[in-house]
Amino acid sequence: MDDVQLDGMLHVAFLRSEHAHARLRGVDVAAARRRPGVVAVYAADDLGDYWQPGPLLVPPPPIPGLVFHACTQVPLVKDKARHVGEPIAMVVAESRYVAEDAVADIVVDVAPLQAVVDLEAALERGAPLVHEHLSSNLAAHVVQEKGDYNAAKATAHRVVQRRFHYDRGISAAIENRAVAARWDARAEELTVWDTTQAPIPIRNGLARMLGLLESQVRVIAPFVGGGFGPKIMMFYPEEVLVPWAAMRLGRPVKWTEDRQENFTATTQERGQVHDAELAVTRDGKILGVKDVFLHDSGAYDSYGLTVPINSQCTLLGPYDVPNYYTEFTAVFTNKTLVTPVRGAGRQHGVFVMERLLDFAARELGIDRLEIRRRNYLAPEAFPFNNEIIFQDSAPLVYDSGDYAPALAQAAQMIGYEQFVREEQPRLRVAGRHVGIGIVSYIEGTGIGPYEGARVTIEPSGEVRVATGVGTQGQGHFTSFAQIVAEVLGVPMERIHVVTGDTREFNWGTGTFASRGAVVAGTACHAAAALVRDKIFAVASRVLQVPQERLELVGGRMMVKDATDGGIELGALAARANPLRGAVRPGTEPGLEATAYYGPDRGSTASGVHAMIVEVDPETAMVEIRRYVVVHDCGRLINPMLVEGQIHGGVAHGIGNAFYEQLVYDDGGQLQNASFMDYLLPTATDVPRVEVAHRETASPLNPIGLKGVGEAGCIPTGAAFAQAVEDALADYGLEITEIPLSPDKLFDLLKKTRPKKRNVVVIDGSFVFQGSREAVYALLQDPEVLGKSLPGAMHLGRTGDGRYDGLMRVGIGPVTAAEFSVSVTLHDQKPPAGYGMIVEGKGGFGFVRGTAQVALADHGDGTEMTYRAEVQVGGTIAGVGQRLLDSVAKRMTRQGLEALNTALAARL
Amino acid sequence: MEPRLLLSDFLRQDLGLTGTHVGCEHGVCGACTVLLDGEAVRSCLILAVQADGHEVATVEGLGSVEDLHPLQAAFRQAHALQCGFCTPGILMTLVPFLDEHPNPAESEIREALSGNLCRCTGYQNIVDAVKLSTPVPAGW
Repeated sequence: MDDVQLDGMLHVAFLRSEHAHARLRGVDVAAARRRPGVVAVYAADDLGDYWQPGPLLVPPPPIPGLVFHACTQVPLVKDKARHVGEPIAMVVAESRYVAEDAVADIVVDVAPLQAVVDLEAALERGAPLVHEHLSSNLAAHVVQEKGDYNAAKATAHRVVQRRFHYDRGISAAIENRAVAARWDARAEELTVWDTTQAPIPIRNGLARMLGLLESQVRVIAPFVGGGFGPKIMMFYPEEVLVPWAAMRLGRPVKWTEDRQENFTATTQERGQVHDAELAVTRDGKILGVKDVFLHDSGAYDSYGLTVPINSQCTLLGPYDVPNYYTEFTAVFTNKTLVTPVRGAGRQHGVFVMERLLDFAARELGIDRLEIRRRNYLAPEAFPFNNEIIFQDSAPLVYDSGDYAPALAQAAQMIGYEQFVREEQPRLRVAGRHVGIGIVSYIEGTGIGPYEGARVTIEPSGEVRVATGVGTQGQGHFTSFAQIVAEVLGVPMERIHVVTGDTREFNWGTGTFASRGAVVAGTACHAAAALVRDKIFAVASRVLQVPQERLELVGGRMMVKDATDGGIELGALAARANPLRGAVRPGTEPGLEATAYYGPDRGSTASGVHAMIVEVDPETAMVEIRRYVVVHDCGRLINPMLVEGQIHGGVAHGIGNAFYEQLVYDDGGQLQNASFMDYLLPTATDVPRVEVAHRETASPLNPIGLKGVGEAGCIPTGAAFAQAVEDALADYGLEITEIPLSPDKLFDLLKKTRPKKRNVVVIDGSFVFQGSREAVYALLQDPEVLGKSLPGAMHLGRTGDGRYDGLMRVGIGPVTAAEFSVSVTLHDQKPPAGYGMIVEGKGGFGFVRGTAQVALADHGDGTEMTYRAEVQVGGTIAGVGQRLLDSVAKRMTRQGLEALNTALAARL
Repeated sequence: MEPRLLLSDFLRQDLGLTGTHVGCEHGVCGACTVLLDGEAVRSCLILAVQADGHEVATVEGLGSVEDLHPLQAAFRQAHALQCGFCTPGILMTLVPFLDEHPNPAESEIREALSGNLCRCTGYQNIVDAVKLSTPVPAGW
């Protein structure tokens, strides 16, 4: 957008609040106005009646009992600054350099106030108020219910309860926002270039604000450098002010956001805290879910409740959840506004649900895949009504889906069974921490209200397609051209698509909610179909042949079975627009048609993501070794574009999972407002993504489309958390927070990490004379284990995989240290291996260790490889590392030989 | 010209060469990468006056719509750009890299790209485009 350079253009810089929360007592712009090269400086009072709070973009859906306080952003701060980066004054000058100099000339008199930052503290009695006309910082409160969760919980075998945190990030389109405007006084026309994702609503809103006819305003959203959601916030203060200044000053005016501004002035997303619980039967069937969460709205809630409602609705995922209680409180804070960022609240729901399923699976001893399989909606369950209201105000009804085969395909692609049974045990024994994560999700896409398109065949034979959605790199030009080419049988090269210019098409909403291809694409399809009808009607008249004897071949109307003759579409278009004669009543001139598509509700895309990670527990760095996506967005228009969307989404999701987090201090100051401190994933952080498509057609539109734009980043955090946790199984840590980061993971590890000193490592291999199955069975037998574990006196099985007993060990001067021990086996994968946690306590100190055991065929026998890390504390630790090592090795060898003897006796 | 004028602003505003994009103005995103005497540099971190007497190459000099540079042609073929905002900087980073590494391995390509941020593609198709534009390295 910044490429727009016009003669006489002026440049804008903004003075922005340095305080998150401050009373504004005065703004002195006199010195700034005096600076040579400055044309105008405006503070709030200079705007007169033009100063108005912005519109409420999305009114809340009709949910009974819903509470919503609309507090929308203002063009320039008048009385109180509510977040760092909120604009206070606007400087218009001959160059951006001069404008920025003049910003430094402005003197602001402010009284800082205590900032509202933490979501829970914000709701406490006596907390400072972001909006003082309200009695608290509560922005909204919504409860949605299906069935009776409490009744379901009462019958549950187990209830899994956790608290989950999800924090903020930026959208990080590489092109920042920009607005330029030119008022042509002679034509009485305002032209606005804007990086918006929604040029038509911007046009309509500007016309209203500026007192112009909609037809007097042309908004062009040129090839925008990435959108990802925040470019559809309406209206940003800059979008309101730049066109106003251009009209007032009679010169073109441009403002281009810089990256530092982008960090505080462009909207953000993802701050939520969930207290969630999952009630399950003994075999892992979901009885119900309860989720109560706080949602960070930021300083204003102009975008309504789209994000938290998406979280509520997406949590249910592809699962049959008969009872659901979901309640959220949206909270005003002194932080940048929250509006949708790619995923738009959906990832929170997926994270909560998938994590709860993971914890339930672990507690119930059910495989991660199996618990998901047991709860998927069956393919015949569709359309499936979830009995709650979605963000588009329609009931949340899934149109179609087929979930279990996608899971099976992802598991097969990533080699789930082979990994958990063979590779992971082998690598664990080698001391490596590798893990796998596999999760499911759904995404509500392609919502209304509508989009439209006009298709025109010009006399040259070229085809023009115009639609209203903006384009930020999604490939609309290609996909819309493909749709039209297929209907009209015209080569792609002859189709010219225009998007995002209100002069070309001025009905529609915009590019958001993974809806461009579904809604505008379907409108293109419908318009092309109408043109096709016209082609047949006109050709029939011109060629004097009934329509049923005509066919459309390669851009030419032909009589069936004729080898020559016919008429080119261009020539036909000319015949349809005669200079003499009459256009018959009931027909229209030209080969042109406009059509609209407005779905009653969205279509539901779905998918499975799986990844394999390796974690270095010393540095807490995570390397993603494999990444597999099985995705179902209905019928594919263009697989290459769909894959591109998924690749980018996954990269964004990886950023959100491990690298990107906006860190605010207690004063509401953003601590990492640059790309030096806020880390976007780079080419070395993002793995190759292996994508497979499934095509469960949507019954809601004629092509069967579902959306894909946001899908890639929705389940990534959940898959990442599961994989990292799996890789660190021996640490027993739980990940309930996203973004994770190397330092946060390091802290988590430190809490559970065995101390470096007095750690005895026991590793090696041993060949048993027996089959893997026999060896594995032997290792489960408490009697055998008791005899062979060095120094074990008694050992009894106290639960599945758990053994308790007594052990006596002599080490150096400590001749008979007695311990009560417990041994827990985990990750049991018969006959490939298992993990073991040993804990011992006694008067002489303690022993705590983890071990990995892997069994592999070795000729007729079985080779066992093992690695244990044992931490020793108390008196026995005082004997020194060397002695501990030698005792450990001796005892291990004795134990293994005893086991082999026991095996020989049993065989 | 003013001594404080950035090379990126000079190229874009004074010369009208808007192919060089500005994404962060603090030298991290790489969108503004140009060649200064054949070496990839961040034009947002260089003053225009510092380029006096040196040769500056921008994406405008790489190829044209009618006659794409082989790397540009490979980007188009492999769908290596979506919004395209980071693309000029990535191309200008890769040109000298490929001169020095005519047969790069994937890990080398990723390393070379690691100073350029792209939010759209997840980098995969960019890596593939580079591979498309180069002969297959030995051992693949």
